[in-house]
Order: sequence, then structure tokens, then C-alpha cells
Amino acid sequence: MSPTTLLKTPLFRKHVAAGAKMTDFHGWSLPLQYMSMMDECKAVRKSAGLFDICHMGKVEVKGKNAFRLLQHISTNDLSRISEGQAQYTALIDDQGGIIDDLVIYQISRFRFFLCLNAANTEKDISWIAEFALQYPDVEVRNLTRQYGLLSVQGPNSEVLIKSLAGARAAGMEYFHFMITNMAEKNVILSRTGYTGEDGFEIYCDWRDTDILWDALMAKGKHWSLKPCGLGARDLLRLEMGYLLHGVDMDASVTPYEVGLEWIVKLDKEGGLVAQEALTRKKTEGAARKIAGFEMNERGGLPRHGYSILAEGRIVGEVTSGGMSPCSGKTIGLGYILAEHSKPGTPIQIDIRGKAVEATVVRRPFLPSKTKKAKPAPAVSANGGEAAAKEE
Amino acid sequence: MEFPKDLKYSKEHEWVRVEGGDTAIIGITDFAQDELGDIVFVETPKIGQDLKAGESFGVAESVKTVSDLYSPVAGRVIEVNPELEGRPELVNESPFGEGWIIKMKMEDPKELESLLSAQDYRDLTQKG
Repeated sequence: MSPTTLLKTPLFRKHVAAGAKMTDFHGWSLPLQYMSMMDECKAVRKSAGLFDICHMGKVEVKGKNAFRLLQHISTNDLSRISEGQAQYTALIDDQGGIIDDLVIYQISRFRFFLCLNAANTEKDISWIAEFALQYPDVEVRNLTRQYGLLSVQGPNSEVLIKSLAGARAAGMEYFHFMITNMAEKNVILSRTGYTGEDGFEIYCDWRDTDILWDALMAKGKHWSLKPCGLGARDLLRLEMGYLLHGVDMDASVTPYEVGLEWIVKLDKEGGLVAQEALTRKKTEGAARKIAGFEMNERGGLPRHGYSILAEGRIVGEVTSGGMSPCSGKTIGLGYILAEHSKPGTPIQIDIRGKAVEATVVRRPFLPSKTKKAKPAPAVSANGGEAAAKEE
Repeated sequence: MEFPKDLKYSKEHEWVRVEGGDTAIIGITDFAQDELGDIVFVETPKIGQDLKAGESFGVAESVKTVSDLYSPVAGRVIEVNPELEGRPELVNESPFGEGWIIKMKMEDPKELESLLSAQDYRDLTQKG
């Protein structure tokens, strides 16, 4: 694809002017890094980082039956959240294969906002629209290029958001959001992210994106806010063991193979697409599972597609790998046969023909510091479950 | 971006510094380290290994990608930078200094004449 045909976010010129190295990410020209991915990661863990993620798919689903439609096609139980709350969930096909993972925002009982992976947005919309035919009042609209999206992540993000949007906004719980004002612009501000740090995501009018970016960067100077690229975003999510759709998972696996069984609610009212297939999968158990591992010796990075070995044979395949800027350890994710996937199991990674020693370890690789929901009162035992889990 | 004038360059982005007679130090250029980004691993050859001109002698691996290293001249490896195992980032920080990769005994120092000058190499990097 030639550079002229790439989609550009409203911040494209700013990134180029700031000297960012640009990359083609599924047809979008986005910053890969500004200075150094390592330094950008450290800034997010120690102070704060700002990401342009305008490329993410944004879809509105509204209508009297919007809830019923989404409840049927997404794995999590949408009845567990209310207005002003968001939920991490997955779209699955009729075999239980993961079409995409996403966050659903409940604006009202009749209006939902979906944040999807850029590479999957078109496919997701076709899938949703196909089901929407059974619910004639439901309208599905692609708003990807009408809403800009910025992400502020790191321990200093609360104080930064407080300075721009006030104490009430900055005091929100994890996976809650509100429609509010920032830098005199209307925004949807949500306490979410993909880094394992406390943080906020800001949806705004596409045309206001640069104003908000400038306002955040200007105020952010006081709190060591650094602009960050996709390279840092990928390393930060890897340190948390978060999966990236299209890299660590796709429609060939169900949530049970990738540690996402906590977002599958088979007992919810109305049933779920692929109810049968998923029930079967749950009973059978997964033959191979996503697991985290840590390299024990130097020998290069484990990369997507490399073989995982144990006892002299291939027992799995790497899906993601990299060097953790915060721990200095080389880490990775991959599918491993269930019997070799327990933490502590010795494995090797085939790096360009050399078997390099590694060990299966628990995810996340670093402790998560996302804002936790307040403990749910004893009377509503399930209320806080979705929010208390990662993402 | 630096292009030291006293060095010779290859099209594959290695530099050669002659250290008197037939001894040469080899590393990757400032342009190459910048393209690669944060380097996390450098695979070096064994001391005593004979290399042909253009032969791959190792890899430089960054967060982003893996890149082969090619010997600009023929010769025998007489030293590898011992610091790189623990501190591969030296290649980013000081590509023409502390981040050197190997030292060679050249087979035929005349081979250097076929390499690029600083000016020619700078032109090459700006074309592409």
C-alpha cells in the first residue's frame, strides 16, 4: 500500500512535525514511536503517556432492541452493567470462535457505543448488521471517522484529567464513563485503557481531536506526560499479558483457549450465539492454551510464529514476544499444549534454529495498577465482577 | 545524523574503520541504528571465524525487527565487542564508538576501495 492511500488521523501532521516514526497499521498511518519505545513505556509506568488511537473502530448500536441484539451476540452479560458503565466482551461466531474483543459502553438502555479493533471493524459491522436484520428497529452506524480517540495512561493521568475535566470526572470508577467537557469540548471520558495502569480514554468530535491533544500536552508538561506510539502500546499490553486480536487470537480459537472464560456468561437470559458450541468446549476443556513465558537466557526475542519446544518436541507456538522495558526480562505469549502450560514448566523457544531456555510464568508479567472498582456490597455479590477483572 | 568522514561504508549499512595495516573495526551506522530502533540483542560470530565479503556474520535485533549483519570485507574475526552481550543498547547510543561489533584481520585491504565514502553513503540513505 503506498503512503498516499493510508488513512490519517486528525493528528497525522502533528506526529510528523514532532519527528515521530510513522507506520502502516492496518491501513492507518500512525506513530510507531516518538523517541524510544523503551522510554515511552517507562513514562507510562512512572508518570503518564498520551496515545493517538483514533484508528480504533467506533460503532453505535441503537434502538428499542439494541440491548437484546448485543446480549445475544456478545459473550459477557450486558445486564450486569448500567448507564455510564463499560464492559469488556467478545464477539464470537457460531462455532464460538473469537471474531473480535471489544468494549461496550452503555449510553442508555437503547443506545450503546462499541470500541473495536481497527483491523476488524468492517467485518464486525457486517456480522452485527446480519443479526440486526432480526431486530428491525435497531440501527448500526460506523462512527469511526466521526469520533477521535485519545488515551492518557499512567499514574499521573488522574491529576491531569482533574485539571482539565474536574474532580468528579477524575474520581470515576474503573470501567465507568461520563459525557462531559474538556478544554471546552464535548467528550465521552472513560476510565479504561490497555496498559495495566490507571488511565482514561477520551472520545471527542473528530475535528476537536487536535485541540484536545494540545490541551493535554500543554497541561501534561507539569506531570511529565509523553506522547507515545504504537510500539510502546504493544509492549505495555504485553507486560500485562493482554491479548491482541489478530496476533494472539482469532476466529480459530474460543475464549476457553485464551484465558477469556471470565467474559463468557453461558447462563445469561436469552442465550448466546454459539451457546451449544461453547458449552461443549467448556466441558471438553482446551487441548492448548495461551500461556505467558519468560526467557532464562539471552538469545534474541521470541517472535510471532516461532516454535515452543519441550522434551525435544514442538508443543506450541509463540504469538507475541518482546523485552519488558520495566523488568528488563524477555517475555512472550503463546499457545502451549495444556500439559506443558502450567507456571513453572521449563520450555524452549526455537529462535532461528537455536533452542533457547524459557519458563512458563503467570500473567500479568508486572502487577496491574488499574483503578479497582469499590468492593461490591454483600447484597449484590456479582455486581462488581466484570469491573474487578482485568480490562 | 552522523556520517564520519574517516570511515568506509557498505550498502548494507555497516561501517569499517581501519586501525593501521590490515586490522579493521566494523559496526552499523547511525542511520541503521535509527532505522532499527531500540536494539535488544546482537548475535556475534566466534573469534577465529573466516568471513567472505558480503557474508552474514550475525544479527542485530531490535524491538521492531531482526536484521542480518554483513561483513563489508573478507577476513578473520579477531575480536568481538564483549560489552554488547550485556548492553546491546550501546549500538544505539554510540554506533561509531562503544557500539562497535567486530574487529577483523582483512584478507586484502584493497577491498576497501570498493566501499562507499561518507558522502556516497549519505547520498544513498537520502535516496530511499
